[in-house]
Amino acid sequence: MDILIAIAIMALGAIVLGAALGFASIKFKVDGDPLVEKIEALLPQTQCGQCSYPGCRPYAEAIAKGEADINLCPPGGMEGVAKLADLLGREVKPLDAEEKPKQLAVIDEQTCIGCTLCIQSCPVDAIVGAAKQMHTIITPLCTGCELCLPPCPVECIRMEAITENIDNWKWKYPVVEIKAAPMQRAA
Amino acid sequence: MLMNLFKFKGGVKPPTNKTQSLGLPIAQAPLPTRLIVPLHQSIGGMPRPVVQAGDKVLKGQLIGKADGWVSAAVHAPTSGTVLEVAAHVQPHPSGLDALCVVIEPDGKDEWIERTTLDYKAMTPEQVREHLQQSGVVGLGGAVFPTHGKLTASKTVPMEELVINGAECEPYITCDDLLMRERAEEVVRGIGVFRDLLQPKKVLIGIEDNKPEAAAAMRAAVDALGESFSVISVPTLYPAGGAKQLIRVLTGKEVPASKRSTDLGVQCFNVATAYTAWRAIAHGEPVVSRLVTLTGNVESPRNYEVLIGTPMDELLQLAQPKADTDGILMGGPMMGFLVPDPKAPVVKATNCLIAHSAALFPPKPEEMPCIRCGACATACPHELQPFEMYWFSRAKNFGKTQEYHIFDCIECGCCSFVCPSRIPLVQYFRFAKSEIWAREREKNAADGAKVRFEFKQIREEREKAEKAEKLAKAAAAQAAKKAAEAAAAAQAESTAGDAGDTKPPAQPVAVDAENDPKKAAIAAAMARAKAQREAVQPKNIEVADSSVQKEISEIDARRAVLDPAASDSAATSAQNQEKTD
Repeated sequence: MDILIAIAIMALGAIVLGAALGFASIKFKVDGDPLVEKIEALLPQTQCGQCSYPGCRPYAEAIAKGEADINLCPPGGMEGVAKLADLLGREVKPLDAEEKPKQLAVIDEQTCIGCTLCIQSCPVDAIVGAAKQMHTIITPLCTGCELCLPPCPVECIRMEAITENIDNWKWKYPVVEIKAAPMQRAA
Repeated sequence: MLMNLFKFKGGVKPPTNKTQSLGLPIAQAPLPTRLIVPLHQSIGGMPRPVVQAGDKVLKGQLIGKADGWVSAAVHAPTSGTVLEVAAHVQPHPSGLDALCVVIEPDGKDEWIERTTLDYKAMTPEQVREHLQQSGVVGLGGAVFPTHGKLTASKTVPMEELVINGAECEPYITCDDLLMRERAEEVVRGIGVFRDLLQPKKVLIGIEDNKPEAAAAMRAAVDALGESFSVISVPTLYPAGGAKQLIRVLTGKEVPASKRSTDLGVQCFNVATAYTAWRAIAHGEPVVSRLVTLTGNVESPRNYEVLIGTPMDELLQLAQPKADTDGILMGGPMMGFLVPDPKAPVVKATNCLIAHSAALFPPKPEEMPCIRCGACATACPHELQPFEMYWFSRAKNFGKTQEYHIFDCIECGCCSFVCPSRIPLVQYFRFAKSEIWAREREKNAADGAKVRFEFKQIREEREKAEKAEKLAKAAAAQAAKKAAEAAAAAQAESTAGDAGDTKPPAQPVAVDAENDPKKAAIAAAMARAKAQREAVQPKNIEVADSSVQKEISEIDARRAVLDPAASDSAATSAQNQEKTD
């Protein structure tokens, strides 16, 4: 008899706790992967597709799933790789492409024929213009993704590196001089 | 008047070196050969040029229009011809170029029409507007547009107006001489600020190493019957920092990331008050300022200098000694070596010090931090420079912000006392500009993300709208065809003759109900076919027999390739729609 009571008590406990766990798993379900958000926050949001994923979020999802490596983002550079490695606890790897300085697209307005193809390809709507009208880049919005280059039929878009000016100039890291220590005479 | 003064923590007492340039009264600097007037001279928006090469300008004529509220106009410092509007080297530690208006003086120094304004008859908005249009900015060094500081807070009552005549940096004496020689106009300018802000008290703080200036100011205050208190404050660097002077005079400590207006205090430099009065009472915009020429020179003196005067040309007036190897703009504590001596004098240039190795010996080698804490004792903002130094050096910028790096005023007290001669301020400047750059990048990335997401949503919506439109059109067409087929069937049943020209209509109708996409494709294909059939070769009747033969050959080839041709025609028709 005692053993039956013991079993009943244990079974009751299991049912109650199981129900509580089941309830919690529905009630407190986390929508989406919080890791994806964190990874995405580290990506440069150029939406350039150079990682072979159609945008920064898909790449972040691929990294979170472990499908993609962390060194595929050229605009993020080595600094981006280091940050991702830090977040994910992975090894820092050399970038899988050459690192370029930050660039902006420039449309040669004399050559532009107004085909609107670049407008359609711009992921961040940074090009204005209309069919058969001249197009131009809204410089502050351009992420330098280069996606507008291939569709242009007259090759009137070029990339220009952002030059240093008084507004974006930065104080340099104070140089620490390394001096050879005086030779210590052997004792 | 006796008054209880307060103290700020820290501070240092570097040798003041002020007497050298105090011997002679203010002199007018002669007209330079060329004036290079930078358009961006104050904090805020970059003024837009309103003149072009070849224009004749008069002294005080507008050449740069203020861009936005936080921005101040720029004016021609003398009459002459605009040579160019182009990028020239700036008095900035970077040595980079920015847009300047270059003026060749005609020697007449002819003013625009100047009018005296009765500011008491004007609304405060009009006075502020006038000060902005006259290019009045804070001449203490920060060059913040003055009109932006002349609006009293709506929530906090204005308690004290602090006028900064402390001039705590070594070597600089331009404010001292200004107060000695032009005290009346300074006091009248303070009167304008008082009328706009309506404070309960006006406190003029002057360091006690300038008794003549304080006496002149007291005399002027009494002569004009004002109730301002002229207060001598102890000489201690940086007593002239706005937050430090406010602390000394009022006992109020401005908390981190708050402004003095939140405590009912506003602070202006004496030279700012002077230029504000010139702008209102004489209609003269800010086209010149007092500059101390001192350091390694034969005859140090204060000059009234036109904005835009090249520094090397100006320094010649004080006869620099042979071993002069550079120009320091500002004082030795907060100033910087001008990268190019051709850089022009701007509204922020209060002092030029001829630099020589004898006067400013090269800094000995930096040694490791020994954690003595001398910097923390000297810091007038009660920060912990050694902590900020470690984190800046390690590029751990988040931590530097935890130690309030943005409250650092870069006064240089910590570097001054450091026994290891660590250039602490340089590390803080580096960390600050890195943090700003990151902030800019982060904002740009967030903006790009929002725009990208919006574009995706928009494309999705457009696709759905198009599909809906096409489905509707296809359905309508299918219904029409079905009706025709029914009519034909009726006719057939009466005539008893079965024709099978209509069957394709049936699948289209079914598809349209099941799948709008397929229907859309089918409709597009049908339209393309109709278009193709509608196009008839033109002018073939005039072609000769050989051409006719060629055409028939081409037609034969096309007939073979027909299925492919119809496909490509369909896609091209779809593309046509997309681009429309």
